[in-house]
Amino acid sequence: MQRAFMKSRPLRLALAALLLGGATQLAAKPLVVCTEASPEGFDIVQYTTAVTADASAETVFNRLVDFKPGTTEIQPALAERWDISADGLTYTFHLRQGVKFHTTDYFKPTRDFNADDVLWSLNRQLDPNHPWHDKTSVGYPYFESMGFKELLKSVSKADAHTVVITLTRPEAPFLRDMAMGFTSIYSAEYGDQLLKAGKTAELNSKPIGTGPFIFQRYNKDAQVRFKPNPDYFRGKPPADALVFAIATDSNVRLQKLRANECQVALYPKPDDVPSIKQDPKLKVEEIEALVTGYISMNTEHKYLSDVRVRKAINMAFDRQTHVDQLFGKGNALVGVNPYPPTMIGYNNENRNPPRDLAKARQLLNEAGVPPGTVLTLFTRNGGGPTNPNPRLSAEMLQADLKQIGLKLDIRVMEWAEMLRRAKKGEADLVSAGWAGDNGDPDNFLSPLLSCDAVKSGENYARWCNPKFQELISRAREVIDNDERARLYNEALKVYDDEQPWISMAHPKMFTTMRDNVEGYVISPLTNNNFATTKVK
Amino acid sequence: MTSPIPNSVTPASPVDQSLLYPSPYKEFWQAFARNKGAVMGLAFMCLVVFCALFAPWVAPHDPSEQYRDFLLTPPVWLEGGSWQFILGTDELGRDLLSRLIQGARLSLLIGLSSVVMSLIPGILLGLLAGFFPQLLGPSIMRLMDVMLALPSLLLAVAIVAILGPGLINTVIAIAIVSLPSYVRLTRAAVMGELNRDYVTAARLAGAGLPRLMFVTVLPNCMAPLIVQATLSFSSAILDAAALGFLGLGVQPPTPEWGTMLASARDYIERAWWVVSLPGLTILLSVLAINLMGDGLRDALDPKLKNAA
Amino acid sequence: MLSFIARRLGLLIPTFFGITLLTFALIRLIPGDPVEVMMGERRVDPEMHAQAMERLGLNKPLPAQYLDYVGKLAQGDLGESLRTRESVWHEFLTLFPATLELAFAALLFAGIVGLLAGVIAALKRGSLFDHGVMGISLAGYSMPIFWWGLILIMFFSVSLGWTPVSGRIDLLYDIEPKTGFMLIDTLLSDEEGAFKDALMHLILPAIVLGTIPLAVIARMTRSSMLEVLREDYIRTARAKGLSPARVVFVHGLRNALIPVLTVFGLQVGTLLAGAVLTETIFSWPGIGKWLIEAIGARDYPVVQNGILLIACLVILVNFVVDILYGLANPRIRHQR
Repeated sequence: MQRAFMKSRPLRLALAALLLGGATQLAAKPLVVCTEASPEGFDIVQYTTAVTADASAETVFNRLVDFKPGTTEIQPALAERWDISADGLTYTFHLRQGVKFHTTDYFKPTRDFNADDVLWSLNRQLDPNHPWHDKTSVGYPYFESMGFKELLKSVSKADAHTVVITLTRPEAPFLRDMAMGFTSIYSAEYGDQLLKAGKTAELNSKPIGTGPFIFQRYNKDAQVRFKPNPDYFRGKPPADALVFAIATDSNVRLQKLRANECQVALYPKPDDVPSIKQDPKLKVEEIEALVTGYISMNTEHKYLSDVRVRKAINMAFDRQTHVDQLFGKGNALVGVNPYPPTMIGYNNENRNPPRDLAKARQLLNEAGVPPGTVLTLFTRNGGGPTNPNPRLSAEMLQADLKQIGLKLDIRVMEWAEMLRRAKKGEADLVSAGWAGDNGDPDNFLSPLLSCDAVKSGENYARWCNPKFQELISRAREVIDNDERARLYNEALKVYDDEQPWISMAHPKMFTTMRDNVEGYVISPLTNNNFATTKVK
Repeated sequence: MTSPIPNSVTPASPVDQSLLYPSPYKEFWQAFARNKGAVMGLAFMCLVVFCALFAPWVAPHDPSEQYRDFLLTPPVWLEGGSWQFILGTDELGRDLLSRLIQGARLSLLIGLSSVVMSLIPGILLGLLAGFFPQLLGPSIMRLMDVMLALPSLLLAVAIVAILGPGLINTVIAIAIVSLPSYVRLTRAAVMGELNRDYVTAARLAGAGLPRLMFVTVLPNCMAPLIVQATLSFSSAILDAAALGFLGLGVQPPTPEWGTMLASARDYIERAWWVVSLPGLTILLSVLAINLMGDGLRDALDPKLKNAA
Repeated sequence: MLSFIARRLGLLIPTFFGITLLTFALIRLIPGDPVEVMMGERRVDPEMHAQAMERLGLNKPLPAQYLDYVGKLAQGDLGESLRTRESVWHEFLTLFPATLELAFAALLFAGIVGLLAGVIAALKRGSLFDHGVMGISLAGYSMPIFWWGLILIMFFSVSLGWTPVSGRIDLLYDIEPKTGFMLIDTLLSDEEGAFKDALMHLILPAIVLGTIPLAVIARMTRSSMLEVLREDYIRTARAKGLSPARVVFVHGLRNALIPVLTVFGLQVGTLLAGAVLTETIFSWPGIGKWLIEAIGARDYPVVQNGILLIACLVILVNFVVDILYGLANPRIRHQR
């Protein structure tokens, strides 16, 4: 394919090697990763997108605890060990010693990492009196939406290497939450330096952390460059340089991968995966990720409030064809429960109803739905990992519903407008998705199906079931894993009886790379970490 | 074109005057027909209009029908194609030919309505600006300058973002964006005509302002406006396609040519026909309209008759 | 002459204010606010929302916000992006050279090829070449630019492999953005082969972006040339026995170029608009992409001031073209 282009490359590299003196910056084996969007900034606590997290939380920063690569289990990171009080209200973290912050031309640390840095990072978001609390444009989205403002009673230090966090109530997922990007640990010294110089905006453009990679440069909308951190507490990363190349089109990412312009290409189109697997120079890592795609049904709607109507729609939806067509055969699990099978409490007895158009029409008749009833479906414009092509998806459902006498009015909207209107409950159906952040079922169920979430809007189904709510509230506080699994199992039975959603799919996540790339472990949480990755 | 010379007059003349002075329509047609390209354009447009008018009967299949067993079949002349789907099917198994035919309706509708929507206010504003050069002229022209200074695509995107996506809002956005050129053209033509003798004569004869505007002056300014209208028609189709490409156009499953292109982008390598054919259709239609526009301009504007 | 310039300048001021008002009104009319966009599907705490809106100054009544905005503008403060907190001016300066480089290359391509084609077509009027040029240029501005780009990529990059697929330069090169113009920066850096690589990346996008201006310039040159060639003074020059080349290029072209000049100026506006689509297809990190994303994220300062800056540029170019045209054509200078 790219013959002419390839021929000159070895020549160019040879010339470059000959001229290798101090002057050239042509790194010997940089690791170039093609991503799909520009990072919004590097002050990770201000942002929610996965791309921004990849470029900041996974490179420049660490947290007190981490997820073991490829899993959702917790391992020590900046905290070596921790104690949890019997009532589940006090967490004491014993910090790792000898961890160094990055040294760059804009900051030179005078001390190692200690408790002050943890206090700075967390209190910044918690305490309105912290000098940095207001130094953000929009706020701290994850901190707020995870309810940490109400959950955290205090964050204090017992000594220079021990931090004590007290909660207002027991919270089973708390430790997992502390592994998420928004609890990243910043350098308090750097914060003070910037504050004194009056350059607080630079926290977002010139980050400092303890992580595996040191920030070098961001060419806006083009590339982000990092160099490995020689003092990283887990060992210097094997890559000589890390470059994120921003290519918004998935076809372009694939083409660059084939041309070896990128060694890793993130977010490939599921349709391309089979042909990539057949290419001997490329390989694909895949995992059943903690994501779910669904279509919510507004239970406050005149007809959709009747569970028979919802069951009828679920019966008419040709789920298997839909999943096969949208993601490609074998690239996604057909969704049954709101979250995928790898998390605790997954109810194996729940089943999707078999496709039965006649029965569906009968149910609609019983519920008194006149034929030709119009239902609106709000969907966003562009695709994402939970749904690569929302339009396609919507059109397939439209054809299915036509066969049982329901007319689907598709409204493709701009992202922001859709969010606002869906949250207000203006839609009958909403095509949406959710990616888990920490591997805990509560992370799926509370934001999407709880009664609180109806009030704040992101429960698009506007479904508030007291039994369900009680079960998940209890499961959130109980620490014993088996008890929690039992509670979630029961809650999912309630979900199955009521069917507030058209469950669609749990897509697999794929990362494509050259076959000489080693040491990359794909994460079920859709994060991408390259601390141990190298190009052979 | 100057005002049509009425076929005078003398009823008792033995020689039929119409033989010596062909009717203006015939004269126009002869001038137009001399341009081969324009005639070809007209022929193609007639085909498109025919498809648009008789789409439900001409199209072999229902454009929204999804043949789930025939996803992405190639056109009939490629391996794997079949006569059932002459131009192949798209990613949902819908017949491409039927969608293109149905899409003709939409594109013509968009072109026509956006032209009308911007022509009428455009002419009005231009007339006002020309007739009141001290009072209304400057403010109208400044407003038009402002609109022209903004990149048209961004302006259209912003308008659609405000109004929400959909067919009517797309048309409104395109109409607003094409408004300034009509205003400018009308004003320039009006100001050119206002100094002429026949206008002064009409004024002296006691013609009121509306009559002066619409009956006396406007018909003589129509030539450049007609040409601009054909140009706008073609760029309306292109703008609608661009908005559709950016995802801001008509709602699914309506088969608009530009939206078809947008969703086809993912299939460049696997199914090139889903990309090429809608684009080719846009190209041919717009080309045909532009050829017609060229022919119109040549036929209507005597100055350019000998130059081009 | 001076009064002509002064008159033109005077007209710019109300236009400028009109633009600020229009962009302000437009972006505020779009439903949704930056805080909602930022939170995405997550819960928006009403208290936090209110606090954030106050911090951003968005809770004041709209006229007050407009006055704030214009006041800051008068002091030369273009504000900060709500998303990245970088100064809008700084972001613009970082991204604009990319668009400018592309537009410049496109205009160069369109100008050189267009002028040549137009002149030759006029000289060989009625010939196959003439019809070919007219046909191709008509096709040129009849086609959707994004489709044309996709077709060219399919052909030249994917199938033939002659040109790279996207971006401004191969990622192996770490070029420091000293000026922002990749061609200049690669020459300034000491990386071997970087300049050629940057040039290869520029070719296809420039062709795609320059196709429409090329068509327009070719046609305009041709018809203008034809008109000029019919003039008496050309006949005289020929009669005097001057060589055909001299007649065409020295006497004819000079006068034929005047209307072409105005067209050139008008194309700048088209180029900046077309750049949006071209940048999307070729992943070219310029201002088109920046603005479209900012509209989606409701990043008000970026949208308002970004569009303002582009509009000012377009007005400036039109102003210069007006002046030049007035210089060249005395009749315009002394108009009402």
